[in-house]
Amino acid sequence: MSVNPTTTPRSATTAAADIALRKALASTPRPPRASAFAASLAFAWRGMLKVKHVPEQLLDVTITPVMFVLMFTYLFGGAIAGSTGEYLEYILPGILVMSVLFTTVYSGIALNTDLTKGVVDRIRTLPIWKPAPLVGSLLGDSVRYVLAGTVIIVLGVALGYRPDAGIGGVVAALGLVVIFAFGLSWVFTTLGLLLRSPNAVMNAGFMGIFPLTFLSNVFVDPETLPSGLKAFVDVNPISILASASRGLMEGNPDATDIVVVLAVAAVLTAVFAPITTWLYRRG
Amino acid sequence: MATSTPLAIEATGLVKSFGDTKAVDGVDLAVRSGSVYGVLGPNGAGKTTTIRMLATLLRPDAGSAQVFGHDIVKDADAVRGLVSLTGQLASVDEDLTGRENLVLLGLLLGLRRAQAKERAGELLEAFGLADASSRLVKNYSGGMRRRLDIAASIVVTPQLMFLDEPTTGLDPRSRNQVWDIIRTLVAEGTTILLCTQYLDEADRLADGIAVIDHGKVIAEGTPAQLKASVGSGALHVRLLDPEDRSEAEQVLAGALDAVHLEADPAALSAPCPDADRAAEAVAALARAGIAIADFSLGQPSLDEVFLALTGHPAQDDPADPSALTEAEVA
Repeated sequence: MSVNPTTTPRSATTAAADIALRKALASTPRPPRASAFAASLAFAWRGMLKVKHVPEQLLDVTITPVMFVLMFTYLFGGAIAGSTGEYLEYILPGILVMSVLFTTVYSGIALNTDLTKGVVDRIRTLPIWKPAPLVGSLLGDSVRYVLAGTVIIVLGVALGYRPDAGIGGVVAALGLVVIFAFGLSWVFTTLGLLLRSPNAVMNAGFMGIFPLTFLSNVFVDPETLPSGLKAFVDVNPISILASASRGLMEGNPDATDIVVVLAVAAVLTAVFAPITTWLYRRG
Repeated sequence: MATSTPLAIEATGLVKSFGDTKAVDGVDLAVRSGSVYGVLGPNGAGKTTTIRMLATLLRPDAGSAQVFGHDIVKDADAVRGLVSLTGQLASVDEDLTGRENLVLLGLLLGLRRAQAKERAGELLEAFGLADASSRLVKNYSGGMRRRLDIAASIVVTPQLMFLDEPTTGLDPRSRNQVWDIIRTLVAEGTTILLCTQYLDEADRLADGIAVIDHGKVIAEGTPAQLKASVGSGALHVRLLDPEDRSEAEQVLAGALDAVHLEADPAALSAPCPDADRAAEAVAALARAGIAIADFSLGQPSLDEVFLALTGHPAQDDPADPSALTEAEVA
């Protein structure tokens, strides 16, 4: 319990270090504030650095879709579409949609994990554009979305998928899916800020995205469905996104589908981005 | 750093509750620009909550505060442009390297990439982290993490820096390093609000101290005034055999006033003005045949300050609801 009255004699060896310290601590003029764009970009860079340091984290977002492609093509392909080759033509754009949308759930999980760490306090006290940490991480995550999509496309081509619209069509489809994913990911970042644990976010996220993906035209042509279910599947934005992607990859894009997809992405962003930002700042 | 406002922090009647617990219950603070101000108190006293309000992380339920004249609620963005926070949890990103952390903050504070890199290199060098700069922070030791944390707070020199228990859990060497950094920062003109559990630390660094307990400021003054209010020093005795303590208490009571039984069952302490009286007291114990394991004459501990100011010891009681609340918030 004794209070140790040690003093700090400054030895000669610390003198040099002292000078370096003084120089580093000498007050510097404050630069102008970072622009909204620069701040967002810095956060996107942070997200990519995390992938660089722990590349294994990409496994969970790539393995599941790969399994789905293989399983659906070879297990159900013959039964659903008559042949595996034909089914691959139908399912690949759908799996592209699914794999990228599943990845968006991880944006919410990552944000929730981030909140448990002290660094968020520092970020919240920085004089930056308020949505920058969120916009930036989602921009960084978009890179993951592109990666997840690319894995599926490459796998599809390896299995014999030949899109009629060529590379241009594929890139356009991927771009559309990533834009939609950016909008949707705001829903999961909101969840990420509302729920208590990363596990809860994962469960709630997949509980929503899983049925929505299966109750769409990703896996089956809705023509065979009962009318009530078909009505739902037809208006499900994921169906519309899958149709739009198919159109782009097959070379017969449907303008209405594409506009609807972009509109849904815009609405999701307009509603959930401010909510997320508010929740994040509120602490 | 010249500023037209003489006060770095002016807080009036700050209140913050979590559920039924009043974590901060009417705190007033006036911190002079260019000084180190110590906020001293045990866990759960409301220190962290106070800092979080002043750093714009929490909205006060009542009361108001200005940082260099800017209201912490209405003008939060202006406040953020002047302060930096080193939280109780290390406020750095564990999944990045030390260098990446500092470059990232440089970019976010408006430096260009080349400037941010240069500044990061300069700070890593000065803080003795150059060798560890490309290691992930999660592999840093406690002392390295703290130094990086402080470096992160001064990538761009703040006018006011919040340091929440900067040396808790550090070994003596790392502790001295952190203290040196703080002294140098103050010499360069930064104002520092330092939360600590250690009277020793506040005494070494702070120009003024507020003692806080149960969300209220219970004493305020310079370290000298504060220590004078509890006596100049104390004799600490640790017995070989805890069984002897009640006898030792009687013997000491004959030589010194206000003998206090420590939490350690073999230890006691008593205010003691000088070495002569201490020697007498120790001799009296020896004459009574009580074996002493060790003794020291030192500054009053936080425990003694609390005892003198509040009549209750500054216990670190995990069952204390305010302690729990604060831990959750932190």
